[in-house]
Amino acid sequence: MSIDTQQETPGEWEYSPAPERTQVSIEPKNKLFIGGKFVSPKSRSWFVTLNPATEEKLADIACGGKADVNAAVLAAKKALPKWSKLDGSVRAKYLYRIARRIQERAREFAILETMDGGKPIKESRDIDIPLAAQHFFYYAGWADKLEYAFAGCTVSPVGVCAQIIPWNFPLLMAAWKLAPALACGNTCILKPAETTSLTALRLAEVIQEIGLPEGVANIVTGAGNTGRLLAEHSGVNKVAFTGSTEVGKLLMRGTAGTGKKLTLELGGKGANIIFADAAIDQAVEGIISGIYFNQGHVCCAGSRLLVEESILDEVVQKLTHRLRSLRVGDPLDKNTDLGAINSQSQLEIVQQYVRAGVDEGAQLHEVHQERLPSKGYWCHPCFFTDVQPSHTIAREEIFGPVLSIMTFRTPQEAIMRANDSPYGLAAGIWTDKGSKIFEIAKELEAGVIWCNTYNKFDPASPFGGFKESGFGREGGMQGLRPYVRLQKVRGSAS
Amino acid sequence: MARLTVPKTYKLYINGKFPRTESGRSIAVENLRGETVAHICHGSRKDFRDAVEAADKAFTSWSGISGYLRGQIIYRMAEMLESRCEEFASAIQVTQSMTANSARKEVDASVDRLVRFAGWTDKYQQVIGCANPVAGSYYNFTIPQPQGVVVAIAPKTPSLLGLISCIGAPLCSGNTIVAIGSDLHPMSTAIFGEVCQTSDVPSGVINLITGLQQELIEHIATHRQVTGIYAANISQKNRILIEEGAADSVKRVHCVTADDDAWYDNSQMASPWEVEPFVEMKTIWHPSAC
Amino acid sequence: MRIPVDTVMVEERASSFTCRSIKTESKQQGLRLVLSMIDLTTLEGKDTPEKVRSLCAKAMFPWEGEIEPPLPSVAAVCVYPNLVRVAKLALEGSTVAVASVATGFPSGQYPLDIRINDVTDAVKAGADEIDMVINRGAFLSGSFDEVAEEITRVREACGNAHLKIILETGELETLENIRVASDLAILAAAKAGPIQDGEVFIKTSTGKVSPAATMPVTLVMLDAIREYYDKTGIRIGMKPAGGIRTAKQALHYLVMVKETLGNAWLNKSLFRFGASSLTNDVLRQLVRQQTGRYTASYDFSEA
Repeated sequence: MSIDTQQETPGEWEYSPAPERTQVSIEPKNKLFIGGKFVSPKSRSWFVTLNPATEEKLADIACGGKADVNAAVLAAKKALPKWSKLDGSVRAKYLYRIARRIQERAREFAILETMDGGKPIKESRDIDIPLAAQHFFYYAGWADKLEYAFAGCTVSPVGVCAQIIPWNFPLLMAAWKLAPALACGNTCILKPAETTSLTALRLAEVIQEIGLPEGVANIVTGAGNTGRLLAEHSGVNKVAFTGSTEVGKLLMRGTAGTGKKLTLELGGKGANIIFADAAIDQAVEGIISGIYFNQGHVCCAGSRLLVEESILDEVVQKLTHRLRSLRVGDPLDKNTDLGAINSQSQLEIVQQYVRAGVDEGAQLHEVHQERLPSKGYWCHPCFFTDVQPSHTIAREEIFGPVLSIMTFRTPQEAIMRANDSPYGLAAGIWTDKGSKIFEIAKELEAGVIWCNTYNKFDPASPFGGFKESGFGREGGMQGLRPYVRLQKVRGSAS
Repeated sequence: MARLTVPKTYKLYINGKFPRTESGRSIAVENLRGETVAHICHGSRKDFRDAVEAADKAFTSWSGISGYLRGQIIYRMAEMLESRCEEFASAIQVTQSMTANSARKEVDASVDRLVRFAGWTDKYQQVIGCANPVAGSYYNFTIPQPQGVVVAIAPKTPSLLGLISCIGAPLCSGNTIVAIGSDLHPMSTAIFGEVCQTSDVPSGVINLITGLQQELIEHIATHRQVTGIYAANISQKNRILIEEGAADSVKRVHCVTADDDAWYDNSQMASPWEVEPFVEMKTIWHPSAC
Repeated sequence: MRIPVDTVMVEERASSFTCRSIKTESKQQGLRLVLSMIDLTTLEGKDTPEKVRSLCAKAMFPWEGEIEPPLPSVAAVCVYPNLVRVAKLALEGSTVAVASVATGFPSGQYPLDIRINDVTDAVKAGADEIDMVINRGAFLSGSFDEVAEEITRVREACGNAHLKIILETGELETLENIRVASDLAILAAAKAGPIQDGEVFIKTSTGKVSPAATMPVTLVMLDAIREYYDKTGIRIGMKPAGGIRTAKQALHYLVMVKETLGNAWLNKSLFRFGASSLTNDVLRQLVRQQTGRYTASYDFSEA
């Protein structure tokens, strides 16, 4: 019998490493997926994809050139007649299969997503992958119900869709694009982001496994030029793009006069507004999920915090305390909250903005002092106080874990400051008063308004922006609109 | 000597379990050659009462889970039924003169019907609910909410497809169900409970009674805990019985008459307007002002 | 003053603590910490001196096997006032404290003087800690001053004994009520005299009402403690009681305390678990980590 007579327990309790141990195999050379097969690029060009946490090479990825893009568009065009004429209930069953298979291979997808993109395994496992499966599940259900979504119209597909997606939610963005498009009878060519192609290609395996007819969904990996070639191809009927406002404008110009349908989901500088009558401890949680979720690589991030002046000190104090428990580190560790920045270039952009903030006179608060690993792209989460609306860090999208805090005194001022931006993607309102929520939500120029919550996504909930954050909606019944042509049913003569 | 088989005992499906009928009665099921091949439970009004109680207890959590989760469960029912399609095709053919192909067609349609309803669970709200542009500083929206316990009186034929359609419509919006299967062709109902049980359907959400529909009509009509009735292909006499009895607690009654072909048509039997009779439209006002 | 509390967000934050993966050394350390924080409890109408003696023996020596490093004893034993003397004698010479419930536990539906005498008697019998219940009837009918006044008087009656204030969160129901009760309790206790770290605890439940302790409820109480500390520099203790049966759950609570309040609260003078079956599950996990083998239920004595 042993007993510890020293009863004082040590004050420190730290978490041991908890690495995700499952191994995932990666093809050394990853081909394009065209016409239901994995094919080498006619361009004979390849590029490297790295693990941003370690800078280690993960694999070579095919770089699609003009001939490859052409082959993909032709394959999609060839598959279109049969696919679009299939009964919706049959298309539905293919999409349900995809959803189920993603769920079955969830662990594999999550690990791959983390290794390729840098986001914490906790997020890929608990958010990205389940939401991607759910998105296919949701739109599968619409495939045979389109006539109920558009009153007074008969519905037909748009045709061949070019879909260009970003690196911040690679698999989820692929789901957001493919699911509604396929449900509506279109065929697709997906162009994943350069730094994150692996989960899209794994999805191609799933697509092959479940027997989706050849050419219905194609994946052409590559860089910016590949995307441009794809969008400009004359065989494409629709372009869907999620990415920077700058590139969105290029696409608008590039498709002008072509009759191609276009939807854009671009940048944002979300205003997260906290009133003095908010549930403040929970509002602080909302700040954290607003800007530090996914390292701030979120178009709808609450990157501008507008705090009612009377509670500024309390919020800053609580935010500082809360930041301390955020863990930056190995994305494959299950306890990591903030992973690696996606790339060297993105890290440099974030660092530039932090310098600009300091230079322009804002006050930088960095809570974490530990040294970051020498390998990999890392950034401590931080925030700025004393930010003025004219500062660069108040106006431009940083796309990193950097929050700019400003104050307001009245609801009207909060609305004015929130709307004072070329962007209009998302906003947050924190108050305990219901009527205030509804009034302010009505006045804010943003496509998604989160009230007493932030960064909530659901396939049933339409998502998209006002102003230069783009146009078109993804999710919900409205998310079908970009992917259908409507023929108004002729009315009777009066 | 040929191996002696272990014949199946058919029971009711109530509250996630398979009890015998409390009445101890059974009905002999004869195949097309007149041979007795099974004894199914002759469900009594007390079984019906127990089923309603189970369904009532299950309502809060079934209606409280997300549409997505309900959709996943109903999709799993489709998976389970698909994996047992041969067995169900045989069950249909026991009492019904059908080719194997037709029976199989009915089972396939039943699987697909479940998939159809699985897809409605998180969409009908967007089709039949809405935001209302009232005059004044108010937000106003109408959201459909499930009612409670719905009794489904399945048509005599098609015995499986009809059963599933009458269950699926009220089920997908969050109601809980007591279904009285076809008494003419009872075998599919007799084994459908096994599909429910293996599909993560929570106990009490779906309850199945085999027996004589006529005996139970009066009790269905007058049980005050039942909020809705989905009656398929019932006689005019029974319709009067049901609608008169329903008046006592102001039940919502939805009667359909459909021929065999119509049951196979999704737009006739699985549109949002089959879901709509079993939801209540709740309209909420909230002022909008700083 | 009513502080708004958003239930959905609290539940989300509480659930995020359960995603922490506590492994290897941190698990060992955490489990030992949990063991050292347990208030081993018996509060039955049928308690007898022998029952209490066997509980005290378990409290001092939770497991007879060999383990390196040696196991700590639990923090305290919690009994009804009638059995305080028995417990005191049984625990003599050990580091295990004697906590007594008082104030007409668990309902508290008795005249105030009876409830105060209950405290005085328990203290006289040798209780080191008093677990009181607040007046929920007065709270829910809006007589907050009455609730506060009673807490102040109870603390005065405690003398040197530490006070744990049971809110009975299952009866208060809403997180906002729980926040109001937490703030009220702390301020009322402070009115009786200056508080040293750990002299006053707020506690979730009697364990006689369901739901007892839950993570969202505990989180709201920890937030109240955090704010009090920010304003005054004084550390109030916290004790979730009832419903924590597994080591896994207990580790989640430790994560929540660590990330909400900080490492300073991770010791028995500021945090306790009101539990009984938790002990054996902690031992089970500790022994399994040591030997690599899953244990049988008979490997650990019942208290």
